[in-house]
Amino acid sequence: MIAFWILAPLMVVCALGMVVVRKAVHSALLLAVVMVGLAVLYAAQDAPFLFAVQIIVYTGAVLMLFLFVLMLVGVDTSDSMVETLPGQRVAAIVLGVLFAGLLVVAVSQATYGAAFGLEAANADGNVPGVAQLLFSKYVFAFEVTSALLITAALGAMLLAHRERLTPKATQRDMALQRMRDYAERGVHPGPLPSPGMLARHNSVDTPALLPDGTPSELSISRVMRAHGTVRDVSHDRLIAAEVESDTKQLGPSRTLDRQDEAGER
Amino acid sequence: MANSVSWLYLIIAIPAASAAVLLLSGKAADAWGHLLGTGASLASFVVAMLAFVKLLGGEASSESAMSLHQELFSWIEVGGFDVTFGLLFDRLSGLFVLLITGVGSLIHIYSIGYMAHDERRRRFFAQLNLFVAAMLMLVLADDYLTLFLGWEGVGLASYLLIGFFQQRTSAAVAAKKAFVVNRVGDMGMALSVMLMFATFGTSTFEGVDSGMEQVSSGTATALGLLLLLAACGKSAQVPLQSWLLDAMEGPTPVSALIHAATMVTAGVYLVTRSSFVYEQTELASTAVVIVGLVTLLWGAIIGCAKDDIKKGLAGSTMSQIGYMMLAAGIGPAAYSFAIFHLLTHGFFKANLFLGAGSVMHAMNDEVDMRRYGALRAVMPITFVTFACGYLAIIGFPGFSGFWSKDKIIEAAFAENVVVGLGALLGAGITAFYMTRMMIMTFISERRWAKEAHPHESSPVMTVPLMVLAVASVFGGVLLFNDWIGNWLEPVVGEGEHHELPLGLTELALTIMVAVVVLIGAGIAVRMYQRDSIATAPSADVSPLTTAARRDLYGDAFNEVALMRPGQSLTRGLVMFDNRGIDGAVNGVAAMVGGSSGRIRRWQSGFVRAYALSMLGGSALVVLALVAVRLA
Amino acid sequence: MSITPFLVLSGLLFSIGAMGVLVRRNAIVVFMCVELMLNASNLAFVTFARQHGNLDGQIAAFFVMVVAAAEVVVGLAIIMTIFRTRRSASVDDASLLKY
Repeated sequence: MIAFWILAPLMVVCALGMVVVRKAVHSALLLAVVMVGLAVLYAAQDAPFLFAVQIIVYTGAVLMLFLFVLMLVGVDTSDSMVETLPGQRVAAIVLGVLFAGLLVVAVSQATYGAAFGLEAANADGNVPGVAQLLFSKYVFAFEVTSALLITAALGAMLLAHRERLTPKATQRDMALQRMRDYAERGVHPGPLPSPGMLARHNSVDTPALLPDGTPSELSISRVMRAHGTVRDVSHDRLIAAEVESDTKQLGPSRTLDRQDEAGER
Repeated sequence: MANSVSWLYLIIAIPAASAAVLLLSGKAADAWGHLLGTGASLASFVVAMLAFVKLLGGEASSESAMSLHQELFSWIEVGGFDVTFGLLFDRLSGLFVLLITGVGSLIHIYSIGYMAHDERRRRFFAQLNLFVAAMLMLVLADDYLTLFLGWEGVGLASYLLIGFFQQRTSAAVAAKKAFVVNRVGDMGMALSVMLMFATFGTSTFEGVDSGMEQVSSGTATALGLLLLLAACGKSAQVPLQSWLLDAMEGPTPVSALIHAATMVTAGVYLVTRSSFVYEQTELASTAVVIVGLVTLLWGAIIGCAKDDIKKGLAGSTMSQIGYMMLAAGIGPAAYSFAIFHLLTHGFFKANLFLGAGSVMHAMNDEVDMRRYGALRAVMPITFVTFACGYLAIIGFPGFSGFWSKDKIIEAAFAENVVVGLGALLGAGITAFYMTRMMIMTFISERRWAKEAHPHESSPVMTVPLMVLAVASVFGGVLLFNDWIGNWLEPVVGEGEHHELPLGLTELALTIMVAVVVLIGAGIAVRMYQRDSIATAPSADVSPLTTAARRDLYGDAFNEVALMRPGQSLTRGLVMFDNRGIDGAVNGVAAMVGGSSGRIRRWQSGFVRAYALSMLGGSALVVLALVAVRLA
Repeated sequence: MSITPFLVLSGLLFSIGAMGVLVRRNAIVVFMCVELMLNASNLAFVTFARQHGNLDGQIAAFFVMVVAAAEVVVGLAIIMTIFRTRRSASVDDASLLKY
């Protein structure tokens, strides 16, 4: 019971939060908390099998599926909290409260005998007990549900499938296209230039510096620019300038090239 | 007690079959249709005579043969209501049957000549036969419902025959008027049959007769008044008298047969036949007397102001039937006199009408008496026969009308002095207008139109006139030894003998009547024979004359009291239907449409709004479940 | 342990999930709220299994999970397809079926 009284308020708060937060990803995470809480409550009620299934299937598979789709749709998208239908929010809250009140009243007004408890049913263990029932009394439902799952998977594949309208570009096609671009428009056929010798970081989001110290537009991918996740390198520029001036003060460096000028070493 | 015979139905069947043949055979029967029609009527008369002879013979033997009887078939069997179609040829109906078939046959013969130039003569005879069959059914019925069948039949025949000259709008309108006014009377008849069934469980004459002693006076009075209403409609008594004068639009034989001799007497027959009803109710009997008295004066006054010879005779008919109703209302003492007067009236009125027809035929269908005059020399036979009818109707001593009318006036005085005086006055006025008619038509100077070439009618028309004239003269023989009183006694009961008031004797009364008649005739002679008659009615006349010309404002009253409210009611109902009911129906439709247009907006298209209503609905369901559980 | 607290918690979670379905416009968040409702009913199932003393409730919860998984797979695939064409995952977009 202790577990219940700790978890129950937490779950209610998370559920409320799930309904009110702006970002959809936050809603998903809050729902995950609720689901895990439920799993614990199942365990507390002598249903270890369901505890495991809840975590693995529900939280682990279904909720993750939600998160994947959220990624595809746009992880940063946030809903506008302005209500477009007049009176909808008020009515929803009123009805929700009313409904909750009704259910609570109905449930609390009923008198139950002492709980039977699952000791007898779980005599051989919960999993054998569940299996006992599942494959005798509910075997038909089991079979039908498996058919349902197969159908669902097929359906999802069908819905998510994208028909190609043009033939897929092979590697050879892409190479030829790159050469063509260079020949006609002078587009650089190689990869994007790296940040450079004097860069402080080697990551994709660090732009390379041109001789005058400005970042090169060519070195940053279009996507990152659109997202605005390019690293700021103005500080690095100053340090590079210092090194340059230091090098000049030191004079020409003793290299193999100098020895050639003396004739002999 | 009744003798059952198997051939009574022929009396009705022969004319009915003839009517059917004539109507169905179409133009093929045009050549001989009139002969078949007349033959059918005569055949019916022969069978009736046979039945009457049988009845006469039966009088001498035991009382078991007072009537002949035939049950035909079971007509209506619904719930507890059983009506058998049966015929009853007893002493009362026997007299009627002879009158209908006898006078009817004479009129059929007359019509052969009168309608000779009409191309629809066959149809005329078919409808006449139909009338005869229906009238016979009326008088031969042994049950009020069967009587009603005949009643409606004669109403139909009357409508068809009044409107025989279909092309004339006035004829069509008159036919409709007759039918509609008759309908009011028919309501009375129908209600009385319903009341009979409700009270006695049967509508046969025997059934009602035997049950009459036990009913409350209220029911008896109601029955009496309803039957009186029916009689008023059919016999053109006040208040349902307005149709009779318009009915003269029909051909003259029709006026003679239907609206003088037979159909209009059906009301009197009904009242007489229902003697067992009127015996139980003083109020209804008095009502009959009052109706009769009012009508006899009403008809007489109207008759004085009519220039149309047929309308004058129609007013006279109305008045004479008033006499009959008066007598019938007095009770068993005077029933036989009513029937006696009915018979003699049948003779002399048919005589007068056919004579008028003969005159019209000669004068190119001119009806205005102001265009007649001095026809005595040109049409001697018509003149003599008409004179016989005239003398009969005014009650010249010795003629049939004298005997019958005198007896009625006597009975009226025995009943009540005022009633007697009214009847006496009526006799005077009758003498006045009939003399006027006689003078204007036959005796005064000629006022003919330019094209008029009057000549005597052919024998086929004059022979019936002569037969009827003889009957008008000698019809009084029926009263010999009070034969008719004794004859009808088993049917209508014995009358108590009342003393005449003021110590008058019968002889004194007869002389009084004769004096009044003489005065009336004298006034007419002075007004019309001495002073010359204008060819157009004068406009400068007394209010009474104006009123008489306008039928004593009968039509005006009907229009104001009944027609206009009826029209307003109809208009109001139409408006109520259009605005109220249609408005309500259309309003409901509009409301549904309008509200649906508003409610439509709830379908906003947003899934979240629908989800909201789903949650609301499920909250209600849970609430209901919880409430039921907790309650 | 009395089962009432568990049932109350289940009811609360269910109502919160229902409210979320009505209030949020992002299709995926709506879907997640539906998942929350399913989970709440699972809790009730398991609680009643303990109450009645047989494992039928747990079996039912198990089947709910399986079906929910299948449903999520298909539902998210649909949402993704719609997103590809419309570039928006708002449930208010499908509002043409109106008066």
